[in-house]
Amino acid sequence: MKRQTVLHPGLNLGSADEYSHAQSEPVIFGFWVFLMADLVLFAILFATYASMSVQGQAGGPSPTDVFDLPSAFIETMLLLGSSITFGMASLALKYKADRLHLVLWLLLTFCLGAGFIGMEVRDFWIMMQQGAVPQRSGFLSAFYMLVATHGLHVTAGLLWMIILLVQLRVLGRTTAVKLRLMRLALFWHMLDIVWVCIFTFVYLFGVAL
Amino acid sequence: MTDEHIETYAQDFRSYCIGGLLALVLTGLAFGIVIFEILPHFERLLALAVLAVTQIIVHFRYFLHIGWHSHRDDLQLVLFTSLILFLMVGGTIWILFNLHERMM
Repeated sequence: MKRQTVLHPGLNLGSADEYSHAQSEPVIFGFWVFLMADLVLFAILFATYASMSVQGQAGGPSPTDVFDLPSAFIETMLLLGSSITFGMASLALKYKADRLHLVLWLLLTFCLGAGFIGMEVRDFWIMMQQGAVPQRSGFLSAFYMLVATHGLHVTAGLLWMIILLVQLRVLGRTTAVKLRLMRLALFWHMLDIVWVCIFTFVYLFGVAL
Repeated sequence: MTDEHIETYAQDFRSYCIGGLLALVLTGLAFGIVIFEILPHFERLLALAVLAVTQIIVHFRYFLHIGWHSHRDDLQLVLFTSLILFLMVGGTIWILFNLHERMM
């Protein structure tokens, strides 16, 4: 099996586009440093949540009372699906000369991501209707802080995706646009990893504890 | 596409397929354990944690393409960040739960 030259983590353009590949190393590595710093933010929110969810219920609702597992499962599937479709978009970016495949996969990713955000907002709405508002207890403050920070990241990713779709239309598949799409792909996959921690340590642990 | 590209395409495509499949199975197992209440309490939490860590590794390996053959810098960046995260999260939880017990 032929080994591709790997300049940076993530899907490398390699010989599919030598010029862009050569340009990619510093910007993508820099973006990785940002991603790791972003993970530190999430880690602290997780640590806060871990202690608050047990010690900070203040006589209010417990995780079991307010979490809706089927809904969390659908959200997980939407986000995981969007990660896979973004992978297909990355492949189209690397190997397909036309724009159509790339744009269609990106649009599908966008729809799945938007569906995820829609479900999450609906969950929050239902929880708040039951009186589980952020100011009710430390547990709920930490919960909304952590999950909404992730949701905000996904929203930012969706906005980023719209901007790149416009750039693809206006500028075409230039090196700059390709490198931006590759960074968005890393951002998107990283958010899916954060969601794995959220559905395990927030939703499933909350119900199983 | 040239022959070389057909080969690397197949390689890259397989990577996302394997990753997607493994992630689906691991997610299904995690939700299944909780919904059908398989395993006693402590083992259930342990299994969930192991499944999550496995799934994170799968995502890093197949979606983000981090592996032993990637640039040394990248792997070290990820491993060092993991160490920092472990210290911060582990330390916070340790201290706060200890404090909580003393306050009871």
